[in-house]
Amino acid sequence: MATQATVNQDEKSIWGGGNKPLGASYGKLMMWFFLISDALTFSAFLVAYGAYRFKFETSWPVPEDVFTHFPFLHGDWPLLYVALMTFILIMSSVTMVMAVNEGHKMNQKGVTVWMFATIIGGLIFLGSQAWEWYHFILGDHGAVRLEDGRMAHIADHNGETVSLHTLIHGEGAEHDHYEKFATEDVIAAFKSDSRLQLLFPGKNRDIASHNASLPLIEKSYVVQGANMKENEYGHPLFANFFFFITGFHGFHVFTGVLLNLIIFINIIKGTYERRGHYEMVEKVGLYWHFVDLVWVFVFTFFYLV
Amino acid sequence: MAAEVQNASEHHAEEHHHHHETFWNKYVFSIDHKMISKQFLITGIVMGIIGMGMSLLFRLQLAWPDKSFPILNTFLGKWAEDGVMDPNMYLALVTIHGTIMVFFVLTAGLSGTFSNLLIPLQVGARDMASGFINMLSYWFFFTSSVVMVVSLFVPDGPAAAGWTIYPPLSALPAAMPGSGSGMTLWLVSMTLFIASSLLGALNYIVTVLNLRTKGMSMTRLPLTIWAFFVTAILGVLSFPVLFSAALLLLFDRSMGTSFYLSDILIGGEVLSNTGGSPILYEHLFWFLGHPEVYIILLPALGITSEVIATNSRKPIFGYRAMVGSILMIAFLSFIVWGHHMFVTGMNPFLGTVFTFTTLLIAIPSAVKAFNYITTLWKGNLQLTPAMLFSIGLVSTFITGGLTGIILGDSALDINVHDTYFVVAHFHIVMGLSAIFGMFAGIYHWFPRMFGRMMIRPLGYAHFVITFISAYGVFYPMHFLGLAGLPRRYFTNTEFPMFDNLVDINIIISVFAILGGLAQILFLFNFFYSALRGKRAPQNPWRSNTLEWTAPVKHLHGNWPGEIPEVHRWPYDYSKPGAKEDFVPQTVPISPDEEATGH
Repeated sequence: MATQATVNQDEKSIWGGGNKPLGASYGKLMMWFFLISDALTFSAFLVAYGAYRFKFETSWPVPEDVFTHFPFLHGDWPLLYVALMTFILIMSSVTMVMAVNEGHKMNQKGVTVWMFATIIGGLIFLGSQAWEWYHFILGDHGAVRLEDGRMAHIADHNGETVSLHTLIHGEGAEHDHYEKFATEDVIAAFKSDSRLQLLFPGKNRDIASHNASLPLIEKSYVVQGANMKENEYGHPLFANFFFFITGFHGFHVFTGVLLNLIIFINIIKGTYERRGHYEMVEKVGLYWHFVDLVWVFVFTFFYLV
Repeated sequence: MAAEVQNASEHHAEEHHHHHETFWNKYVFSIDHKMISKQFLITGIVMGIIGMGMSLLFRLQLAWPDKSFPILNTFLGKWAEDGVMDPNMYLALVTIHGTIMVFFVLTAGLSGTFSNLLIPLQVGARDMASGFINMLSYWFFFTSSVVMVVSLFVPDGPAAAGWTIYPPLSALPAAMPGSGSGMTLWLVSMTLFIASSLLGALNYIVTVLNLRTKGMSMTRLPLTIWAFFVTAILGVLSFPVLFSAALLLLFDRSMGTSFYLSDILIGGEVLSNTGGSPILYEHLFWFLGHPEVYIILLPALGITSEVIATNSRKPIFGYRAMVGSILMIAFLSFIVWGHHMFVTGMNPFLGTVFTFTTLLIAIPSAVKAFNYITTLWKGNLQLTPAMLFSIGLVSTFITGGLTGIILGDSALDINVHDTYFVVAHFHIVMGLSAIFGMFAGIYHWFPRMFGRMMIRPLGYAHFVITFISAYGVFYPMHFLGLAGLPRRYFTNTEFPMFDNLVDINIIISVFAILGGLAQILFLFNFFYSALRGKRAPQNPWRSNTLEWTAPVKHLHGNWPGEIPEVHRWPYDYSKPGAKEDFVPQTVPISPDEEATGH
């Protein structure tokens, strides 16, 4: 008890009550604590992802082989488009910082412009994600799923992947051309060319020779593209997690864009001019930066490593 | 800046006085923390009646499995035709009993009620930081309760995979009757509940941080506030992980993903799911599940600190040690979840790590237990019903804690895992302690909540019968567990080795019914006193904390004039030299005190 009085005198300045010890309004603090909470939700997903990735290390798809498309460009552009998406999202964080900065200066016009840019950035990211999902769902080369659940791609004698389209028609598909192939045709075409082998997607790129492949492909079925149950690129859990985590993040971006829009309307209406401060812009700014930061982790774990 | 905060909140309070008070914005969509706390309490009590009623039904089944009870048919309808319970309904009842008690009564009912009532009043704030978010928190909780109750009435019956809803039972709608729409509603209800808990916790945290009155430094906070504050932080950190687990589960259920599923045969048919593992779910679930134990327990411990100090007329023993042990328990609670999973095939080395961290919790827990006892020691004990329940809590905290040492040890746990020994342990240490803390809180702060006093003799009768029957129910369960009786079995008649345990099961059920009846005393006391009780004086327990300086009649904004300033810690009881045996926090330090350093 004796210490009670003396200690409190030291603390009076900041933590002594009647004060904001962390120098932030309650609303901003709430946003911070909410973000901590949300960070744990994402952590749980990413930890689960990591656990399965190491469990199925050999059959886990290699991202460079999965995300190879770029709009209007032919050929393989591994991870180029997702890099662009990431850049745009990070730039939208920069424009958000500019908006907050203009808010501190009470410059309504400046906030309007930068907030608008942020919203556009968010929308481009969402659109890009839709594009990326579209191509992921549609599929690339096509594959067969063996009886034991493993996925196998068709490969030529050099071990290069041969798409089902090339296998059946002898030449690669036109850009944005999509065709569904029947299992019997694929098996027949595979059998007719003894140079073909089966390639197991994953970091080892294991190959089964033509003769070893024959009994395997006999009891397989064709898988094209990816969904919640099948995944031509490799282990089905990769697709499960890809849809789930990028979807959950995309939902966050979507909510962020909505929040930004509401704030944007308030900015135009002059609500914050009348209120005398632009703290709401700061609060949604915190959320927006958080969503960007989470993407950096998703990008790292899904695409880079 | 300080003045700015106060002006803002005063302005805020005045604004609301000008509002026209209607029935709707006063009693239903209220943003006043005192009304919201009552809403939480009443909803919690209603859910508590449902949860306890369920336990009585399945206790009937366990004690007399071959007898027919018309009452089972009355309550369970087609699930108990001829008065004999359907096994599926038994599983559903234990599942919903656990869910309701853990989340709806002891999390929302306890934290929601007392954090809401006491945080603004004890730190000296006009209201919660955001009244609107506070209101949302209650209405999410209310909706979640309604969905949970509705799930009892779906054709396939409510969720039946146990309150931990492990997959695959919870992940495959075709697994059993309770895996169907009842399970879906369970998940919907819990999602709403998590939203409610998050909104509530955010409010509690920022109110404690930003809205303390002048002089209310962190080391002058009553221990109740410390407990609520840390509980809220635990909730913010652990519930989101349950949310993750539930979302993945929802995808497995409805989208065909394989996060938790692999190699499953159902009705002779092989499912296409490959790769997933239910162990992942267990990890995610228990990462919430263990902190959840302390989310339930800490508020009860905080209430007990306050009630014991006030009614012993002594300063709490070791204030800083109490705060430290709360923080230490909170920290440790995040690194012990594996002790729920010793039999999942966990690497024995990892098992020893979890054993080590788990046993560490004994240290701060013992600090708390000893501090309670040393506070009581040679005190001028005022044995109010609240005090009796608090002492009851100290008792159950110790007896339940001791079996925790056994279960926390991986080598010993394996022998009694999933037996009634576990049921006995967690009911005593978590269930009884928390519900005793809740009763203590209700008896102690009832005058503050309703402006009236409860009837004392009824309170004593309630305590004595509840305390005896609580031990009567859970103490014998240790022996059932040591004899190997597994939990969650619908009946034990099929196993000759358990035949000699029938009598114990009957004794337990008799005590359960007795304990259930005792709660009628409480309910009568509660509702009668709330409406007709004797008017409460300003400070009935002659307590130091700020809430007793606010007028008995509630007003939005709590204090009519200025918010009182705080000059001392809340535990100056029986202070040498003071006129009375309590010195409220608002009394300035006298020159004498300063001179003597007391």
